[in-house]
Amino acid sequence: MSEGEGLQLDTEGRLRHFLTIEGLNRQTLLDILDTAESFISIGEREIKKVPLLRGKTVVNLFFEASTRTRTTFEIAAKRLSADVINFNVGISATNKGETLLDTINSLEAMHTDLFIVRHSDSGAAYLIARYLPPHVHIINAGDGRHAHPTQAMLDTFTIRRYKGDFTQLKVAIVGDILHSRVARSLIHALNILGVPEIRVIAPKTLLPTAVEKLGVHTFHDMSQGLEGVDVVVMLRLQRERMHGALIPSAQEYFNLFGLTRDKLAAAKDDVIVMHPGPMNRGLEIDSSIADGPRSVILPQVTNGIAVRMAVMALIMGGQTVRNRRPV
Amino acid sequence: MGMVIKGGHLIDPAHKVNAVTDLYIDKKGFVAGVGAPPEGFKATRTLDASGKIVCPGLVDLRCRPREPGLEYKATIESEARAAVSAGITTLCCPPDTDPVIDTPAMAQLIQQRAWRFGTAFIHPLGALTRGLKGKHLADMEALDEAGCVGFTNALEPITDTLVMRRALEYAASFDLTVFLHPSDPWLTGDGCAHEGEVSTRLGLTGIPEAAETVVLARDLALIEQTGVRAHFCQLSSARAMTMVMEAQARGLRVSADVTAHHLHLTEHDIGFFNTQCHVVPPLRSHRDLEALRQAIKEGVVSTICSDHQPHESDAKLAPFSASEPGISGLETLLPLTLKLVDNRLLSLPEAISLLTAQPAAIIGVDSGHLGIGATADVCLFDPDAHWTLTEDKLVSRGHNTPFLGWEFRGRVTHTLVGGKLVFELVQT
Repeated sequence: MSEGEGLQLDTEGRLRHFLTIEGLNRQTLLDILDTAESFISIGEREIKKVPLLRGKTVVNLFFEASTRTRTTFEIAAKRLSADVINFNVGISATNKGETLLDTINSLEAMHTDLFIVRHSDSGAAYLIARYLPPHVHIINAGDGRHAHPTQAMLDTFTIRRYKGDFTQLKVAIVGDILHSRVARSLIHALNILGVPEIRVIAPKTLLPTAVEKLGVHTFHDMSQGLEGVDVVVMLRLQRERMHGALIPSAQEYFNLFGLTRDKLAAAKDDVIVMHPGPMNRGLEIDSSIADGPRSVILPQVTNGIAVRMAVMALIMGGQTVRNRRPV
Repeated sequence: MGMVIKGGHLIDPAHKVNAVTDLYIDKKGFVAGVGAPPEGFKATRTLDASGKIVCPGLVDLRCRPREPGLEYKATIESEARAAVSAGITTLCCPPDTDPVIDTPAMAQLIQQRAWRFGTAFIHPLGALTRGLKGKHLADMEALDEAGCVGFTNALEPITDTLVMRRALEYAASFDLTVFLHPSDPWLTGDGCAHEGEVSTRLGLTGIPEAAETVVLARDLALIEQTGVRAHFCQLSSARAMTMVMEAQARGLRVSADVTAHHLHLTEHDIGFFNTQCHVVPPLRSHRDLEALRQAIKEGVVSTICSDHQPHESDAKLAPFSASEPGISGLETLLPLTLKLVDNRLLSLPEAISLLTAQPAAIIGVDSGHLGIGATADVCLFDPDAHWTLTEDKLVSRGHNTPFLGWEFRGRVTHTLVGGKLVFELVQT
């Protein structure tokens, strides 16, 4: 455990890489949130740029298709004045490891300062971080089912903007927890930030065996699980899950676990509804909810840019809102 | 040309020897005397064994020397040399080579290759079904004639229960031993870690305990019906230990082994994706580890294997699930077993028996003991030598081991095969 935690922190406990939420302390997460808060205003200015990463080369290395995440990372890096290169790698099923490290080698030879990596295998970002020289930084933009730490930070950032205090909240995460890196990272972040009750709602086929060990309560029924919650996080259900005998049909799934006005009535009146996107309307969420007054799905996207700027600024320059020069 | 190994602490569990005594080896390489030389014995060479344990050469029932088929990883020559450097003089090789050991010619080839190098001897296990495809029975009698000491489909599951039944019936007809690796292909799927706390945390696809026990239950039912003698390989779960114990209590002719690393590592050793801990079956929970140790103490499990699988370094330089499973295990087999003695789970003679007489009995070969007339395969080790495993100490071509940096007590100093000194530790 210490090796993994040590990998993303330098000897003084500052973030060097951002690979997982697990093992980070509360202050580090608060530093990211506070720094992101200070970056929010940059996006609202006429000139949306600060020179924090001027002269740095950032490579968006995506082994798995993504538009939203890649774009927000690109915008975040550009607002910090970095040079950004997008690199989409088709992945050959047979030779993953070789392709991965060969690709990394050639890009590192171009003097990249920061890699933002998405890969379909859990642990890919760790492999790269272990392999590269220590002056090259890595941000994990999603590795298999393992972690998506910047998504967890933008989710907690959004929650804090609407709810303020974490220590009084009930949060429910609904859907395919088993295959979800978003859920894993978010559960760690909410626990570290002191959320007293985290619930996961799904049939057993979509829950990992030892999910309770992550520090959550499990529910198989929406009306019970959503009772009195402050935040609902809906997860995307991949359509291919229907084929693996995980769920019977889209219709049955929507009937039982799709978020509708009726089901949401069990939650608190001021509940907020979140979704990491892209949404399957009519499968996990009804359009009236996705576009309704309780939805904060679009603000999540906006907040993602400030949060990713904050993470980059922190790992590249060690700058937090507490020690930063005014920009 | 005779040799005397003098003043060592001889432990030969098969003959209940546990005393400081001398071992006499005649010029043909057989044990000629214990304690006193036979009449007219002349020693031209004396090996001073004072302060050392002298025991039969170790027997490892599961080692993949990678030849034929994967010679870029390792060869019979390189791995047989690694074996004797670790006191192992007899190895069993599963038939999942390329080509598969399903013809007498392949079985003979492997033995001849091992003979040629004159270090550890390799007994092949023959395929239970042709090409390990699980459809047609392999020519078991011919393979038996050609030197196969058991029959197995290795890691390839036989999913057709009727084929399985026929294979066991056929083996039983000729009193052949079958080696079974219970694993359900659907429950295993593309899993790469124990389905539990760590796979949940790391988002790795889990292999549930039931992947092992579902097939174990099926196989036990068929063993009971066919009366075949069966040996279960690399069992990994607490529940499997109970099932084998119950089967043995019912009188089934069933033995079992575990792999050395399953007695020392759990799912938690994966840490943050340490691919050196990617093994099949997966490292399981602490509760499973304790049950495996207990099963050894109670005799339910009768041998410990290295499950040696040497790899080139690239095989492990991949994301966890894409890395190749397996540990280069020959050189930690004895050290890890001796740790069980240090932990007071076993006495030293019990530990040595688990690595000598007991595995030899499972494959029915005349090794693993040092009675008069036995082939003088001998292992000498210094039981008090403290050492740390480092990459430069490894003889195997495969440096893939999670035990680098581990401290061990007890180190092999000499190994004899057929009375010939084939390994001597050079102290640096």
